[in-house]
Amino acid sequence: MGFAAGPIGGFPVFTSEVFMSRQRKAVALISGGLDSMLAARLIQEQGIHVEGINFFTGFCVEGHTHAIRKKDQSRPKRNNALWVAEQLGIKLHIIDVVEEYKDVLLNPKHGYGANMNPCLDCKGFMVRKAHEWMQENDFDFIITGEVVGQRPMSQRKDTMPVVARESGAEDRLLRPLCAKLLPPTLPEREGWVDREKLLDISGRSRKRQMELARQFGIQDYAQPAGGCCFLTDETYSRRLVDLWQARNERDYQLDDVMLLKVGRHIRPNPRFKLIVGREEGENRFLEGYRKQFIHLHPESHTGPLVLLDGQPDEEDLELAARITARFSKGRNAPRVTVAVTDRDGETRRLEVPPLPAHELPESWYV
Amino acid sequence: MTTHRLDARRLLCPMPVIRTQNKVAELAPGDRLEVLCTDPGAKADIPAWCRINGHRVIEIRERGNEIVLLIEVGDGA
Ligand code: SF4
Repeated sequence: MGFAAGPIGGFPVFTSEVFMSRQRKAVALISGGLDSMLAARLIQEQGIHVEGINFFTGFCVEGHTHAIRKKDQSRPKRNNALWVAEQLGIKLHIIDVVEEYKDVLLNPKHGYGANMNPCLDCKGFMVRKAHEWMQENDFDFIITGEVVGQRPMSQRKDTMPVVARESGAEDRLLRPLCAKLLPPTLPEREGWVDREKLLDISGRSRKRQMELARQFGIQDYAQPAGGCCFLTDETYSRRLVDLWQARNERDYQLDDVMLLKVGRHIRPNPRFKLIVGREEGENRFLEGYRKQFIHLHPESHTGPLVLLDGQPDEEDLELAARITARFSKGRNAPRVTVAVTDRDGETRRLEVPPLPAHELPESWYV
Repeated sequence: MTTHRLDARRLLCPMPVIRTQNKVAELAPGDRLEVLCTDPGAKADIPAWCRINGHRVIEIRERGNEIVLLIEVGDGA
């Protein structure tokens, strides 16, 4: 960094005095949910220039999953973070943090929540990224929609200072929805924002947020159950852990993360797992991954596309074909022809009896 | 005026939006960017992103599973 960023040289000090009354700028963490939307709105009300920042970890509930399943295709699809930004009339910067997020998820200093959600580390990470962005873009402070006591891990009164400290944002991190319950931050002390107009919301109740939404005339906002990402989802977390166990390695690629959201996942043994498309939209989605996996598809009857993840032996392949047949229209036929294509694109055909329901135990489902 | 191209096929939202955003950041006002994608979500998300950030979607075409969005870069206001 040159001297423009540092206090030495006198120049920045001088300019900040000359432009004492320049408009202050805040970067708001926008998740797509109501709380961060309200937080941004409150600060806009105070004449601050606000822009939004949104992080794509790969696990976000936003976007893609809606596009995958065909039955959802009639519903209007929208990315809620973009929708929020448009409602507020602010710019939104979406940042791809897929690679960097791995370390947050794989080695969380503060551990996990109820499922594989490393919320406290995650919040610290996102605020740190926002802080970096703030410095690069010459903004003054950061706002989030956090509420004291709302979430068991990251939003407790004793953990909120942890986020401020570990992110490096310190007292440039303002939580407008509960600021009055916390010590005054720099923007409040400097008079950039009026602390009196900030709020003192705490707890899990959504009542005051909903009331505030009504006052601001905000309708039709997203209300995600649980958390902002798939890592708070029990099934999803189980699939992730299963993936790590099977591969004997705690790592993942974006493709893995996407595939865990789609289809039925069936693991008959540690050597392999099947991903079975549940309908046309999912089948089409899985088709995009055909080249990376051994895949199966019934030929004598209509049926799903099935991806096989792992190192199967001959018997495993036969079982995989029988399971594929089980999910085809030929499930009651004596035999179904299943095409099995390996990663090199070589296809052979197996004629198999579909696996009867009672031979497909519940415990195989991950 | 230069027309640039971006291949965002097989990427799922919000990746096409992120790629579009990062590409637009390198371009000058008035430049055009043709984004090729396959996720139907992009039909809503990329125009929304453009409206928010002051760029213009000139045209959305669909051919088979592919969607082509033509964008004109705004002045960043
Ligand atoms: S729910 Fe997911 S995105 Fe939200 S703080 Fe927790 S880990 Fe991070």
